[in-house]
Amino acid sequence: MTDFKIHHRDGDGVSIIELKGYLDAHTAPDLETAFQKLLNEKKYNVVVNCRDLSYISSAGLGVFMAYVEDIRKNMGDIKLTNMSSKVYNVFDLLGFPLLYEIFKDEQEAVSRFKEIKK
Amino acid sequence: MEAEKKHISKRILSRTESLVEVRKFVDGAARKFGFPEEDIANIILAVDEACTNIIKHAYQYAVDQEIEIIIFPSTRSFEIRIYDNGKSFNPSLIRPPELKDHLGHKRRGGLGVYLMKRLMDKVEYNFIPGKRNEVRLVKYRSDVSTVTRR
Repeated sequence: MTDFKIHHRDGDGVSIIELKGYLDAHTAPDLETAFQKLLNEKKYNVVVNCRDLSYISSAGLGVFMAYVEDIRKNMGDIKLTNMSSKVYNVFDLLGFPLLYEIFKDEQEAVSRFKEIKK
Repeated sequence: MEAEKKHISKRILSRTESLVEVRKFVDGAARKFGFPEEDIANIILAVDEACTNIIKHAYQYAVDQEIEIIIFPSTRSFEIRIYDNGKSFNPSLIRPPELKDHLGHKRRGGLGVYLMKRLMDKVEYNFIPGKRNEVRLVKYRSDVSTVTRR
């Protein structure tokens, strides 16, 4: 079994998605479900905390690509945080830092949403 | 001619659950070969991408087909050959990813092939019509890759 878990918590008008383990073609549909649920619940300010994400392949990256536009259309965003250098390297190879805000720390990303709100 | 060391191989079923086994197999072999951590991670990801493409495109998610992975370690290079009997995949039809095209369009194809090319020193596709498809991925030892790339 692939070791992958998603934990979702809400706070301060921002949804925090914590990813743990291996995000590959097998587990990417779980992340799709999580994003779809956020859209259905009209939760458009999303921080994805990657602290415990050990691995990501293009199938996982594709999920971020597929959902970010719908979220941005609703004046929200997906911000990424706490990536290991190994995971960041994969995002970087595909040019993600140009398309997504990536923060070292979850709190920085949450604060950015609050700044925008002001 | 450089003598090749004994190759090792693994057969898996064409389902995404198998990717765990693939990564474990490649990790063990690349580690034994003596690659640094970064190269090991890159090779594992490239093979995962190749197998994912086979599962999705060659076998179109049929879960009971076979994929064979053979690793040929030699003094200078680490070569992985991956075989399937599915639909031929022509990578030249895959455009380089324009990231903006992917946004919101659920257009996922192409990212994996692009990543494989960035992660490995050589990526080659061969087709044996009516028989099987082959993907060859090669990584050189970092001390020889600078020479090779000159």
